[in-house]
Amino acid sequence: MLVALPMKKIILSLLSFFMIVATAQASDPAAVALLASVKKKYDLVNDYSARARLVTNVIFIKAPVSQVTVYYRKPDQLLVKNEKGISFIPKGTVHINMNNVLGLTNFEAVLSGTETIDGVLCTVVKIFPLSEEESITRATLYIDPTKLLVRRSVVSTKESGTYSIRMKYGSYSWCGLPSEVAMEFNTRDYKLPKGTTLDYDNGTPKASGLPQKGKVLIQYQEYTLNKGLPASLFR
Amino acid sequence: MMFFEVLRIELFKIFRRPRTFIAFGAIALIILLIQFALKVNGNEFILFFTDSQTDTFEIPFGGILNGYFVCVAVLHIILVHVPLLVALIAGDMIAGEANSGTLRMLATKSVTRTELVLAKFAASAVYVILLLLWMALFALVGSLLLFGANDLVVFKETDLHIISNTDVVWRFIAAFFFAALALIMIAALSVLLSVFAENSLGPIVATVCIVIVFTILQQLKVPVFEQTINPWSFTTHMLGWKGFFYVEKSADGIAIPGSIENPIALVKSGAILLGYIVLFMSAAVWAFRKKDILS
Repeated sequence: MLVALPMKKIILSLLSFFMIVATAQASDPAAVALLASVKKKYDLVNDYSARARLVTNVIFIKAPVSQVTVYYRKPDQLLVKNEKGISFIPKGTVHINMNNVLGLTNFEAVLSGTETIDGVLCTVVKIFPLSEEESITRATLYIDPTKLLVRRSVVSTKESGTYSIRMKYGSYSWCGLPSEVAMEFNTRDYKLPKGTTLDYDNGTPKASGLPQKGKVLIQYQEYTLNKGLPASLFR
Repeated sequence: MMFFEVLRIELFKIFRRPRTFIAFGAIALIILLIQFALKVNGNEFILFFTDSQTDTFEIPFGGILNGYFVCVAVLHIILVHVPLLVALIAGDMIAGEANSGTLRMLATKSVTRTELVLAKFAASAVYVILLLLWMALFALVGSLLLFGANDLVVFKETDLHIISNTDVVWRFIAAFFFAALALIMIAALSVLLSVFAENSLGPIVATVCIVIVFTILQQLKVPVFEQTINPWSFTTHMLGWKGFFYVEKSADGIAIPGSIENPIALVKSGAILLGYIVLFMSAAVWAFRKKDILS
């Protein structure tokens, strides 16, 4: 898949690299260069669909492990769909797509030291979008500089809080696609007015109802890359 | 042998009365109305439970609104009112005979008074079971035909449970059995009250009033009632059918397929309901054997 990249794609990748360099002049050049190299790798994927196992761990949701399909279409369309059942998918799963951050064109980026993630020494890059229209207010990427992979990201958004995402990689690391994504996010309290559901009291302590961290784990089983996905799928 | 003969006659009497079928008709009508309302406005209904989470999660409205969900909603709405329909028949079992002047004649037959009361209670129990089967047919089979099948989402006051559609059917069967136990207990209460009355209106109204009073006590959530009356109130344990739709989760937060949250509580509730049935029927038999039958 990597071998037969058409010339058009190479030119586009180079253009996006120069665009990032040009628009992030106030940034640390080393940070911008690292981001551009990572983006080049992620740009190998135009779209994918992937079968995955979804594990939801939210204090007020008792859900079984479910089988989902993750659809992605460049640059920022992402859909997690439970084809055979019901899953409450956090809206922030869109941020598991790294192009959401790497695709920013107007930003400042600074290097912020190193940190070890899953035994890999990563370079920490902080990114501050400059455009008011961006939904992301700040992002921190923990990048494996040798393999050019994002191992962890912390994305703060205007409307739905902060998402902390950890990624593990397997056989698709050559194009930046993870084998496992663990996302942590803020949840709102869940409490219905007393008496509305007329619950059976089986003596189980009730959930606190207070906002807590929710977790979602996506374990990818099989990717299908660059086969073309219709835009209508994401509507 | 005489018991079954009396039971057969009692069932014949029950199903000969037109008013018996009022309950069947009412249940079918109510279920159809609820199904229609959910078909037309189901998303609004689901939004009521999920409103606080719409910013954080994608709410799968279309998936949630399926036959299993509609069936649970129907049972939730209807089962609170079914005691009235049960009392309508069970409360009439002995008092109705007294009112129409046939009780004395019945007591002269070659059947013991114990057998007579137990046969009347058994006939009421058969009526309850048939009523629930009718309800299951309309609420479960009807809803599945209208809305299709999917995973079941059960909304509770402070959490929500998602049950895989392959793990649902046995829960409905268990829930219907438990609901039958609860309603048979109401039938036992009605038969007991019926022993002391000379016309059927008294035991019917008394049964309904008792259910309402204990339901209100349960709803008030006053600590003193929560600690004293509610743990033993039959209205608390009558809701046990819902317990089959509460799943247990593992330490890492995943719902365990085939599990029930605190099954011991369900066993306790079942035992308490059974205890009430034995208590009410023992009292009914004792009182009827002592009763001076004048009509």
